[in-house]
Amino acid sequence: MDLIEIDNLFFRRGERVIFDGLSMRIPKGRITAIMGPSGTGKTTLLRIIGGQLKPDSGSVKVDGVDVCSLSRKGLFELRRRMGMLFQSSALFTDLSVFENVAFPLRLHTDIDDDVIRDLSLMKLNAVGLRGARDLMPSQLSGGMARRVALARAIALDPDLLMYDEPFTGQDPIAMGVVLSLIKSLNDALGTTSVLVSHDIHETISIADQIFVISDGQVIGSGTPAELQQHNSERIRQFMNGLPDGPVPFHYPADDLRFDLLGGDA
Amino acid sequence: MIRYLRLLGQSALGFLESLGRASMMWGLAIWGLPKRGDFSILVKQIYHIGVLSLVIIGLSAFSIGAVIALQFYTQLFRFGAQDTVGLGLALVLLRELGPVVTALLFAGRAGSAITAEISLMKTTDQLAAMEMMGIDPLQRVVAPRLWAGLLCLPMLTAVFNVVAIWGGSIVAVDWLGADRESYWALMKDGVLLWDDLVLGMTKSVVFAIVVTWIAVFQGYNSEPTAEGIGLATTRTVVVSSVAVLALDFLMTLVMYGDFQ
Repeated sequence: MDLIEIDNLFFRRGERVIFDGLSMRIPKGRITAIMGPSGTGKTTLLRIIGGQLKPDSGSVKVDGVDVCSLSRKGLFELRRRMGMLFQSSALFTDLSVFENVAFPLRLHTDIDDDVIRDLSLMKLNAVGLRGARDLMPSQLSGGMARRVALARAIALDPDLLMYDEPFTGQDPIAMGVVLSLIKSLNDALGTTSVLVSHDIHETISIADQIFVISDGQVIGSGTPAELQQHNSERIRQFMNGLPDGPVPFHYPADDLRFDLLGGDA
Repeated sequence: MIRYLRLLGQSALGFLESLGRASMMWGLAIWGLPKRGDFSILVKQIYHIGVLSLVIIGLSAFSIGAVIALQFYTQLFRFGAQDTVGLGLALVLLRELGPVVTALLFAGRAGSAITAEISLMKTTDQLAAMEMMGIDPLQRVVAPRLWAGLLCLPMLTAVFNVVAIWGGSIVAVDWLGADRESYWALMKDGVLLWDDLVLGMTKSVVFAIVVTWIAVFQGYNSEPTAEGIGLATTRTVVVSSVAVLALDFLMTLVMYGDFQ
């Protein structure tokens, strides 16, 4: 059973084509990773799934609902069932840790303050930061901020959790914490997790399924083991972290000699 | 030639497009507030936008009132009409200087703060995070600021007028020695409720709508970079100042331009 169905997605930013007929299916209840070099539009893809960006053409369905054709109101309803962890954590800087986690509960439910307090503390406990409830976001380390953001993302028990580069800029211990949290939250809550990353080792260790995208298309998909044995050179280049190969090291440019001898400058 | 025409057309289209987006944003936000009973965010914004502007408004009002009274007095004294200082000061303030100077100060003090705050929230993904939680930032972030600005600027204008007239009386009456009773009596007789007070406050309401609208839109529409925040803040002050001055001329023309 697939929670997200993306068909023939086209998206461009100015002149640059980001997605060129991309299609993928993301199954329910599993951890799916979307990988690819920086700048291939992985974050853009999450924003399209969340309806923050509209594709030029193609369809994106979440639980059978076409995201692109939803009204503003419908979109906001749908997003209550999604949680997203931003790369920058995106905590509300004017609210304390506790209020950040309580925020979606306060706005979307009518439950009593006592219950909101208990629920928020449970979410904070799940990420190990119940003791940090009174701190302000400016007092948190990067790793702690990401865990608070995670607690906030799961506050409404979403069906879909999206992680944007959850491992970037984390020290090894924080990385391990985030890894095990993603895994345990997925298993405990029964959520579908979509993870965007280019950290190969971490991703391989928790993902059930991986899509590799490059040049606006899926160039390979499968379980981590399958991809490591893949017969395509591009995928092996990526999975093994080789600097040059079919995915070029150089941004498209004129011949170096021509450029140094005057070029068009 | 064709190139200049095309540039002109492009910038006109760009202007119309952002005007359209700004209008949609304003429309969506202005209906946004009275829903969830989130009275406390509005109060917080009124504090930030209104109460914290009181100091600069009060200080400027006092010195402007004092300076105008001084100038009026020295000129009118030559004709022995120094007792009409109060009336002249009140008319100048209620009709023009009160609404205009308060709006300009408001744009610099509160408008720039609103823009900087919203654009920083955008840069740090806080607005996107709110959207992804199913919470509309137009309702949660933009609407309270719009409403607070709309409520505060007219009240600040009233404060400005009162303080300036008081400052004028200190200079003209207490210091230079104009007759106290005529200062106030001539003012009371000469100032009309509709022509001076109501029309002056109408200007202030229009300025309130325009300045907060510009401030909020510039913040919401800024480039999410450090440079973008700076640009947006500057634009808020420049665009709202020009808009206030231009609108003031138009409104004065409509309100007081009928000489027949």
